[in-house]
Amino acid sequence: MVTCKFHQYQVVGRALPSETEEHPKIYRMKLWSTNEVRAKSKFWYFLRKLKKVKKSNGQMLAINEACIILKLELIILSLIFEKNPTKIKNYGIWLRYQSRTGYHNMYKEFRDTTLNGAVEQMYTEMASRHRVRHHCIQIIKTATIPAKLCKRESTKQFHNSKIKFPLVFKVVRPPSRKLKTTYKASRPNLFM
Amino acid sequence: MPFKRYVEIGRVALVNYGKDYGRLVVIVDVIDQNRALVDAPDMVRCQMNFKRLSLTDITIDIKRVPTKKTLIAAMEVADVKNKWENSSWGRKLIVQKRRASLNDFDRFKLMLAKIKRGGLVRQELAKLKKQNSS
Repeated sequence: MVTCKFHQYQVVGRALPSETEEHPKIYRMKLWSTNEVRAKSKFWYFLRKLKKVKKSNGQMLAINEACIILKLELIILSLIFEKNPTKIKNYGIWLRYQSRTGYHNMYKEFRDTTLNGAVEQMYTEMASRHRVRHHCIQIIKTATIPAKLCKRESTKQFHNSKIKFPLVFKVVRPPSRKLKTTYKASRPNLFM
Repeated sequence: MPFKRYVEIGRVALVNYGKDYGRLVVIVDVIDQNRALVDAPDMVRCQMNFKRLSLTDITIDIKRVPTKKTLIAAMEVADVKNKWENSSWGRKLIVQKRRASLNDFDRFKLMLAKIKRGGLVRQELAKLKKQNSS
């Protein structure tokens, strides 16, 4: 199983109750971050932009992590889970990112088995293609897209039930890092 | 030189790196340019990078993402196990495994057998040399 750096969290919080507002509205957000602490921080970051509340006059009500459910493992008591990590899905991610010249919206598509994997792909792709670091990216929306509605050619080219392509170069690698040596007796054969 | 081994649904591959090193798996679907969904009768279906797979000549006849039962049945029909163990690649791997699992006594026996074989070869060679020179 692939271990994902980005975890999905559901964070619930609200402003502290005061005399003017006995029952402040409760807000729930779905976030991606590497750990819980960062998730809580991100939650307040977004909530500050939507409502006049800060961490100092607000309270966190719940934070739950989304997990991958494997059929052979016990179900961990969390609210959001990846129902089918063995099924390949097309994920569409809408994001807002800050470039050197301003904010832009973007829609990207990724093929992956899990949503966390797709989000991680998105972050690494934004970093490589646009030099955008992870803290400059805000995920607006994510969705699984059925194959017919995919917009990008790079995902649509894999929607082929009879897909067939050769691997052009063979990767010559020792089977474990322990067997790695600087010098080899002979040149590698790269033909598959 | 055209390519003979393609990444396709049903291609049998050998894992050549990582936790599942040495296992024969079947490519069950292609995620994207670098990864495939891979399955074997005795493991949970997972995704693998193509860099970890060495494609073999064996393919089985399955549709995209079959159920475990269909996969096992198709592997029986295509007789993957026998084909692999009779192929030169498969046989080499079996020999390698056997050699790695020898204990000291086996290595001793092997040494004696090699010496014996070398002696017989040299006898025959001497005979042929004698014939040639006479």
